[in-house]
Amino acid sequence: MTKPIRVLIAKPGLDGHDRGAKVVALALRAAGFEVIYTGLHQTVEQIIEAAEQEDVDVVGLSVLSGAHLLIARRLMEGLRAAGLDDKLVLFGGNIPARDVAALEAAGVQGVFPTGSRFEAIADFIRQRAGTPSRLTARSE
Amino acid sequence: MAAFDKEVILESGIPVSPFYGPEALAGIDLANDVGRPGEFPFTRGIHPLMYRARPWTMRQYAGFGTPHETNERFKFLIANGQNALNVAFDLPTQMGLDSDDPLAEGEVGRVGMAVDSLADLEVAFAGVPLENISVSLTINAVAAPLMAMFFVVAEQHGVPLAQVRGTAQNDILKEYIGRGAWIFPVEHGLRLIGDTVEFCARHAPKYYPVSVCGYHLRESGANPVQEIAYAFCIARAYIADALRRGLAVDDFAERLSFNFDIFGNLFEQVAKFRAARRLWARLLRDEFGARQPGSLQMKMIAGGGGGGLTIEQPENNIVRGAYYALISALSGAQTMALCSYDEAYTIPSEKAARLSLRTMQILMEEMGLCDTVDPLGGSYYVEWLTSEMERRIVAEMRRVDGEMGGIVQAVRSGAVQREVAHQAWQYEQGLQTGAIPKVGVNRYRQEEEPPAVDLHDYRPEQAEESIRRLRAVRAGQNPGAVSAALAQVREAAVNGQNVMPAMLQAVRAYATLGEITRTLKSVFGVFQEPVRL
Repeated sequence: MTKPIRVLIAKPGLDGHDRGAKVVALALRAAGFEVIYTGLHQTVEQIIEAAEQEDVDVVGLSVLSGAHLLIARRLMEGLRAAGLDDKLVLFGGNIPARDVAALEAAGVQGVFPTGSRFEAIADFIRQRAGTPSRLTARSE
Repeated sequence: MAAFDKEVILESGIPVSPFYGPEALAGIDLANDVGRPGEFPFTRGIHPLMYRARPWTMRQYAGFGTPHETNERFKFLIANGQNALNVAFDLPTQMGLDSDDPLAEGEVGRVGMAVDSLADLEVAFAGVPLENISVSLTINAVAAPLMAMFFVVAEQHGVPLAQVRGTAQNDILKEYIGRGAWIFPVEHGLRLIGDTVEFCARHAPKYYPVSVCGYHLRESGANPVQEIAYAFCIARAYIADALRRGLAVDDFAERLSFNFDIFGNLFEQVAKFRAARRLWARLLRDEFGARQPGSLQMKMIAGGGGGGLTIEQPENNIVRGAYYALISALSGAQTMALCSYDEAYTIPSEKAARLSLRTMQILMEEMGLCDTVDPLGGSYYVEWLTSEMERRIVAEMRRVDGEMGGIVQAVRSGAVQREVAHQAWQYEQGLQTGAIPKVGVNRYRQEEEPPAVDLHDYRPEQAEESIRRLRAVRAGQNPGAVSAALAQVREAAVNGQNVMPAMLQAVRAYATLGEITRTLKSVFGVFQEPVRL
């Protein structure tokens, strides 16, 4: 039996607008993923710790304040340092088109700004985190 | 009955018929339920002449970067005819962090003005005539110190406490449900609200210490009925706290106001506000025994509705803003603030902010909206819908009390947050399937999106300037005076005395917001969010 893909949805920093994070968490759960939501005001260190402890395949962050670039750089650095750079990292929220390339350059694999369709996020996760080799390797 | 070719159900779950006639008014007592404007139950408006005598105030939300930059934007808005201010603070300020706190990095001056001490508010309001311009502070968890700073600045402008006007948002319960700028556990958050309400009732009687926000509940997912129901439950919690302090309801209820959302179906919103006014008047009279007309009148700011704006085809938001202004005027709002068309992306540009002002001014000057009170009153549909909304708001309030153990418990347990999140998810599914029409999103999409709006540039130098200013303030502090004042804040917090007198002393000593908040945290601790999906 393959293990379901585990997704951590996190709200980093001081921004308290969590509608998008919760809605995406509910949508991904309905799509068959195991979803863990961190709640608000998480430091990058807390998010990395949660990713490790919960043994997730995917880490998705939602940022609406505009501070996404700084947070992404911190997160990727931290994941690498913790040896967790196999996680699929996604960013969502109020992210202008001009910043997508910079996020990707920092190592973020998927950027899903406000208004992204649930299926697009779910399909992306299935394709990137749910490759058969990966799931076989991790199945009992 | 004729067959309907299409079923219409409003967001609040109310089915709508294609036609309403006199029979729709059966069960509505026109004299007592609708009445006259300026008279109980104020369904048609809180003043007899409404906009004829008192046109709505225009209060665009503004603030970014350093206090100097914000001061320039304030003066720009005033020069363009705005007659009240609505101050936006950055996230570190909202969370009680100084600009040089490691947790503030990247956020200083980003979504609002950075304030570290009284010195910053002095700059922000330099040259602003505080005797004529009423100021609203969008601050919640740390409203007590920010109000104290504002009172001291007003005093410097020659406006004493007894005369100072303005509003603080100061609605902490809604922060736990939506918006998320909470710090302290619920009971301590509530207690700080009570301290400000009590202090203002006794010393600053013209100041509105709380603006209860249905707005953010709706932006977080609540439907229009839930928006009013939860906001009223929250307002009741604040009233109950003030009564426990020995205040009489008529000592403070007049100075409670509301901030509501406007997006959605036009008639549903107008009916929502008419129903809310009627219900508030009855609630205050029958549940709390209020007698003063001012206590019974539901006063509100409306016009914003960020949730209705779209990133797609941003110029469509100009049109939406005009309709939102129309809805606000038809709803009898006291104050109007529109979301600017670029707000789905960025801090509004000067051009966008001015366009929002002009939208309201055109409505006020050219369209006849101020000529006669509640022009939709008496409409079969609107009166029927008003009663239907009222009935459902009452039912939802009962559900909070009955099933969720009251609003305070519902916030603690996360039950109301869960309810709102699920509502948001349902709405989003409606948008994605097209069941809820949205022009530019699921209707009339353009393959080639028009060029995006100009983005406000965040300059990291602003943060450096804020930190320099903060360090200069710290260097200039009299350490003895600051630690004595902070010790008093701590003592008041521990002993359950009103913190406001000590708070005033602390801000006068230029204690920083971070110092004050750390002092409170050492007594209150921090809120543990109940994460329930």
